[in-house]
Amino acid sequence: MSAILEINGVTAGYGAAPVLQDVSISVPTGTICAVLGANGAGKTTLLRTLSGLLKPTAGQVVFDGQDLREVKVEHLIRLGLAHVPEGRGVVTELTVDENLRLGGLWRKDRADARRALDEVYQLFEPLQRRRSSAGHQLSGGERQMLALGRALVARPKVLLLDEPSLGLAPRVTAQIMALLRQLRDDTGLTVLLVEQNVRSALSVADEGVVMSLGRVVVSTSAEQLRGDDELRHAYLGF
Amino acid sequence: MTATEEVENTRTQGATTLARASTVRGGAFGRTLVRHAVYALVAIVVLIVLTSALAGTGNTFLNYQLAMVCAYLCATAGLTFLTGINGQLSLGHGALMATGAYGAALTIRALADRGIEAVWAVFVALLVGVLAALVVGAVIGAAAARLRGPYLAGVTTVIAIVVPAITTTFDGIFKGDQGLSFVTPSPGAVPALLSNEEWQAYLGIGCAVLVMFLLANLISSRFGRQFRAVANDEVAAKLSGINIARTQVLAFVVSAGCAGLGGALMAAITQQAAPGAYSLTLSLYLLMAIVIGGLGSLAGAVWGALLLVALPDLSTRITDSLELSPDLAQKLDGNLALAIFGLFLIIVMIVAPGGIQGLVRRLSGRLSARRRSAGS
Repeated sequence: MSAILEINGVTAGYGAAPVLQDVSISVPTGTICAVLGANGAGKTTLLRTLSGLLKPTAGQVVFDGQDLREVKVEHLIRLGLAHVPEGRGVVTELTVDENLRLGGLWRKDRADARRALDEVYQLFEPLQRRRSSAGHQLSGGERQMLALGRALVARPKVLLLDEPSLGLAPRVTAQIMALLRQLRDDTGLTVLLVEQNVRSALSVADEGVVMSLGRVVVSTSAEQLRGDDELRHAYLGF
Repeated sequence: MTATEEVENTRTQGATTLARASTVRGGAFGRTLVRHAVYALVAIVVLIVLTSALAGTGNTFLNYQLAMVCAYLCATAGLTFLTGINGQLSLGHGALMATGAYGAALTIRALADRGIEAVWAVFVALLVGVLAALVVGAVIGAAAARLRGPYLAGVTTVIAIVVPAITTTFDGIFKGDQGLSFVTPSPGAVPALLSNEEWQAYLGIGCAVLVMFLLANLISSRFGRQFRAVANDEVAAKLSGINIARTQVLAFVVSAGCAGLGGALMAAITQQAAPGAYSLTLSLYLLMAIVIGGLGSLAGAVWGALLLVALPDLSTRITDSLELSPDLAQKLDGNLALAIFGLFLIIVMIVAPGGIQGLVRRLSGRLSARRRSAGS
């Protein structure tokens, strides 16, 4: 299976001290890859570097055969790389409907953009009910659905998800994880999932990457991570 | 019906509702367009009736004031679009009005020098004023797209100071502090039927309604969402594929065009363009006006424009009514309006943070709620 997203020796950070050091991860097409680690392991920085919000000082990111260093942030979505940032990334002053339409704004094929919008509404029942509510009126779970929905309206090939379980009830988290699995199976979506919630992330992931202090310490199948007690104790703390 | 069939059935129904919803949504913008067109027509009719009613009072100053409200409205609506919708603060819109005013003044004078004093010269002048402001707006906008908050406020303030200064520096073209004066061509063939002030009012109404119509449609279009998204959350907007810098420059250009039209109108109405009228104070007035009126909605811009004409008038009346020494009266004359404006701003911010329009919306909401409870 070919890798749709290749991270090769990326070093990045804020100011003098690098947060990521020589990180290499390969995400095979059509899989869910969970990046796990404690606070400060560099998980969010990794995603910010992937989507160009942060420029790497060394190394490269290749997405679908293209070096992302040459791509502007706002063009990533056109290539098929969608990033749902930490803390939901919902435009709070816009309504649910307007937020979702924002995701398909750049698309030339208006008819398909509308179809994608309808599909998202079918996927997320609560959004359908609240379509004219403003973003700031939504609950945490609804916001996460909205942020995910907006990314899906763009029909991405790869979804970068930053801590979707943050601040959500376990039941809602489980729903979102199940949805990711469904999307992978039905549409062949590739997901790079950054999580602190190791249990729920590993419950849907195919691959697992454990990061610690800005480095990749383990990169293996999710199944193995689930089974290896020693590894879990050492890096994931349970 | 088995349970599965039932589920299947509901799902199909759901799908049909969705399909219907999407077709309706497809025509939503068309309907908004029609609604805005109806509003514009109604506004034109009402304002034309108002103009002739004001002319009937015999006080020509009232129509002059109406024309000034329209000129200010072009600028406040443009500034509302920039600051309220796109989230970019501008303390330099007075300078953009000045650009429009000088563009129009120079055009009318140039045409008059060639013996052209037909009515169309006014429209050409307005157009030149808008174009001049668009160019200046694009330059400021390109700089503004890299700046945020206080830095943007600083740069735009400098523009507000520099532009009037340019007019005095290059006094060969701009005639220094005296400014450019001229006679605005008017349809003088039927002076008995149409006074100069009425003509100015009609001119203003036409421009203001056009600006409001265009901006209202722009805001409710899919580009409007883009402008609002950028104002609210740059990262989310960027990740949704929006080019932040381009959107911000575009907002500045559109806003500058509106301010330029406002300035050009003001020049055409007052028959002159002088730096004194477009000082930093005007820029501050414009910003205060849209905040008091209600930031973020075009209706707020209407309130703001009304205040810009009404409050200075009120302060003149106050100074006139008090028996003051000529020295004190003169001091008060220019400054009282600013003081009243400031006081008004403070009161509105405390009592109604949403501005006048926010207050109106709240009151009308409460009224309709009461009516509903009385009805049931």
